[in-house]
Amino acid sequence: MSPQRTLLSALQSVGANKLRSLLTLLGIVIGVAAVISLMSIGRGVQESVTSFIQELGTNILFISPSGGPLTLDDAYALVDPVLAPSVDQVAPEINSFGDVITIDDFGARSLSAEITGVTPEYRDVRDYKVAAGSFISIPHVSAVSDVAVLGSQAAVDLFLGRNPIGQTITINGRKMTVIGVLESRGGGAFGFEDNSVLIPITTAYRRISADRSVEGTVTVDTISVLVGNVDNMERAEDEVSRILRLRHRITDEDDFEVRNQQQALEAFQDTTQAFVLFLGSIAGISLIVGGIGIMNIMLVSVTERTREIGIRKAVGARRWDILSQFVLEAILLSLGGGIIGVLLGMLVAQGMNVTLLAQEDIRTVVSTDITILALAVSMLIGLVFGIYPAMRAAALHPIEALRYE
Amino acid sequence: MIELANVTKTYRMGEVEIGALRGVNLTVEDGEMVAVMGASGSGKSTLMNILGCLDVPTSGQYSLDGVSIGRLSDSRLAAIRNRKIGFVFQSYNLLSRLTAESNVELPLLYARKGGSARLARETLGRVGLADRTGHRPTEMSGGQQQRVAIARALVNEPSILLADEPTGNLDSRSSLEIIELLKELNRTSGITIIIVTHEEDIARFAERRIVMRDGEVVNDEKTGAG
Repeated sequence: MSPQRTLLSALQSVGANKLRSLLTLLGIVIGVAAVISLMSIGRGVQESVTSFIQELGTNILFISPSGGPLTLDDAYALVDPVLAPSVDQVAPEINSFGDVITIDDFGARSLSAEITGVTPEYRDVRDYKVAAGSFISIPHVSAVSDVAVLGSQAAVDLFLGRNPIGQTITINGRKMTVIGVLESRGGGAFGFEDNSVLIPITTAYRRISADRSVEGTVTVDTISVLVGNVDNMERAEDEVSRILRLRHRITDEDDFEVRNQQQALEAFQDTTQAFVLFLGSIAGISLIVGGIGIMNIMLVSVTERTREIGIRKAVGARRWDILSQFVLEAILLSLGGGIIGVLLGMLVAQGMNVTLLAQEDIRTVVSTDITILALAVSMLIGLVFGIYPAMRAAALHPIEALRYE
Repeated sequence: MIELANVTKTYRMGEVEIGALRGVNLTVEDGEMVAVMGASGSGKSTLMNILGCLDVPTSGQYSLDGVSIGRLSDSRLAAIRNRKIGFVFQSYNLLSRLTAESNVELPLLYARKGGSARLARETLGRVGLADRTGHRPTEMSGGQQQRVAIARALVNEPSILLADEPTGNLDSRSSLEIIELLKELNRTSGITIIIVTHEEDIARFAERRIVMRDGEVVNDEKTGAG
């Protein structure tokens, strides 16, 4: 029989028993819907965290000391158009924690905050925006000025909504004048950035930090390197490493470490990919259960239609004709279930966005590749679980099949 | 032309072997109309199954139009059933989900012939059912259903039509109509017809009568009917 005719015939058989076909589909429908909706959550988490990391900037290298000190001069040496053409800007920083205190007419308030000593480049490299006042400038750094820029939340906590510009705060016992407030970075897992207090790097080293050196060189905790073009990340890494090795006269093991946001992102994506696949395979088990349901009903169908098979064989159907008809029926059932399941899964994914995830930053993502995969798998299940009943049908002896009541 | 030479068929039921046919020799010329008679268990159904290529002999030779059937593969047998043989059963054996036209079309689909729907309608016309093509078997009388089955048997223009108790489920009037239809087909298109029956009224339409007993042909005579 021609493929079109076989398909038509299979469609008629499936359509002849609507309720039974529908119940048989249900297993596959639930399985596919579970795969689609679970995977959509997984993909949603993945996308939301990925976009957060990308907001931080994937074109930044972080250099931290590993055995030896990193100095402010090291940082400035990295700004070298000849030795390091890939490097755009360099922002050294010193990180410490401190108590910030304000005393005014309304009383005293204190805040335990991260105190970061920075240079003017920090704003561009970390992509901060100033909401009010100004950022730390080169004269502030060279004059070791006692000035501070507050994170948006720190400003609210210390000044209760009044204008902090020009006010005085005390950091670890030292008085500083507030010259600016940063815009909120908002949300995200790293919201504590809005709590930080920025001061000139020299002030941090000479006035706040506990371990200052006698020679007067400023040691830093981290150097952030902004690379102009993301494609040059590896080249930039080589360039800064070479400069630092020269400066530190290193012949064997580096006394610094260069990390890269891209690597962090890739490591994270590998982890979540495993998580998404884990979710998918749990849902996949229900697909197999659905497949067994199809096999069961196909076996019943073969028995019920023994006489039909006998008639078809008597008028000239070959084994292949019978086999392909029953396999096609199984595939129609499972693929039909797959299509309904995809639609249901999409509906569930949408539903979760407005219910469970309404308050979250995560939005479910139904991706095309998963949808195609789910449909392909459901077709395959029809084939795998339909082939045995179909083989039984094809192997029936025409005389016995015709005699069957 | 059908030629059986010393054909036997043995069924095995557990340890016991049952000889359903014990050396049948038979030749049926093209265009003959033959009645096969005999008590139940005489082997006439087994003979029909072998003649219809639904089964193969245990030993002996069966050749149909010069082709030896003995050791053909399943799909070759299916092709022979499809092209050379038409079956008419006692219980019609139509597919209840399909219309008369689709039932008649079925052998053509397995033969992968084009224009099958038109040919199916024409064949239904030949058995007098031109106005029933869209009806399902449940919407037709027994006589009409058997006509559909005859149309299905004829549609691929086979050389032999095998009818196993074709009137067994019909009243006497419908029986007469069916046997007259078969007789007419035999006369006009020269198709070989072999009818298994135990009704004398039906058997007398055939020009040759074969009587079977215990797996053997015990009587084979021309009656000169028709």
